[in-house]
Amino acid sequence: MKFKAMTAVAALLFAPAAFAGGADDDTLIVNGDIEMTTKAPAPAHLDGALDEIISGWHFRSDETQQLQTDDFENQGMIFVDQAMDIWDTAEGSEGKACSDCHADPADSMAGVAATYPKWNEDAGELRTVQMQVNDCRVNRMGADAWKYDATDAVSMEAMIASHSRGMPVDVAIDGPVAEAWEKGKEIYYTRYGQLELACASCHEENYGNYIRADHLSQGQINGFPTYRLKNAKLNGAHSRFKGCIRDTRAETFSPGSDEFIALELYVKSRGNGLSVEGPSVRN
Amino acid sequence: MASGVKPRVKAPKKASAGEVVTIKTLISHKMESGQRKDSSGNVIPRSIINRFTCDFNGENVIDVVLAPAISTNPYFEFDATIPEAGDLKFTWYDDDGDVYEETKSVAVG
Repeated sequence: MKFKAMTAVAALLFAPAAFAGGADDDTLIVNGDIEMTTKAPAPAHLDGALDEIISGWHFRSDETQQLQTDDFENQGMIFVDQAMDIWDTAEGSEGKACSDCHADPADSMAGVAATYPKWNEDAGELRTVQMQVNDCRVNRMGADAWKYDATDAVSMEAMIASHSRGMPVDVAIDGPVAEAWEKGKEIYYTRYGQLELACASCHEENYGNYIRADHLSQGQINGFPTYRLKNAKLNGAHSRFKGCIRDTRAETFSPGSDEFIALELYVKSRGNGLSVEGPSVRN
Repeated sequence: MASGVKPRVKAPKKASAGEVVTIKTLISHKMESGQRKDSSGNVIPRSIINRFTCDFNGENVIDVVLAPAISTNPYFEFDATIPEAGDLKFTWYDDDGDVYEETKSVAVG
């Protein structure tokens, strides 16, 4: 009797795995206009790890997916609007706004999000979009730098990303950034925390499966910044990394740290070939 | 005025007489419920949109009472019959007394 009850419990426990599906076969078209590449052959450096790279969009429910197909329903676009206001607002000692140098972001920022994080030759460092924005703010505008992944900073990143939507992610991983890329790769495969989980434990070996109630994706960041329904705001990639590492019960790195910049480059390179989706909608 | 409030409406510019059209509205608003406390333990005062209405040429189409449990950036989607050309007037009422308005003209033809 006891054995039977145990078997029943076990069957219930395994039930979700039976329902667990991989990515669905829907097609993502935004505003009836921008056709997204949400599945692509894996880039060469993922040989032996993944055959196909899949956007996180495929792992969400139809209702959540639909929100991203229309800018009016995509609440991430609220923050894009707010960033547009900031874009035109002069700040700092130089009395300059973003628009004074970069004019219309629809032209000047097109394609930017697809290639960042990127090596900056003058500064001799690997830069994310947010670091580049802060460099402008401090050195050209004489304004204060934004804290990493602060609301304004993520909104601006989302606005910049929105002008690259539909373009394939194409970050460079060789040359001066090779060292950072290797470091990011090492972090990706390092098990952290009391639960001893690496990024790869969930997002490479178990994507498509459920981790309790959550449907694991490949952890692609082509859709960042992402509007999450759970906290009703835009989330930066570094904050997401932090959340994941925290969930392994580890001490995490900080948003904006060298470790996360390297990890952002590495994770983004795993999505080379997928369309930029930011701001995407996820749960 | 609560900060960052911006109403948006998506309605067709043109319809045929008697056509049922879908109207979507969204207002960015923090919808602070009044149930939360800040880091020093003080209650954060309630600040929500408490009513939303839509009128067509002065005739009421929809009148909604909003409660504190409604999440941030409230979104409404509803159908309306357009009998003739005219203006859709949308009004949101804030707890702090502010009223946000938006008007969309619909042509018939």
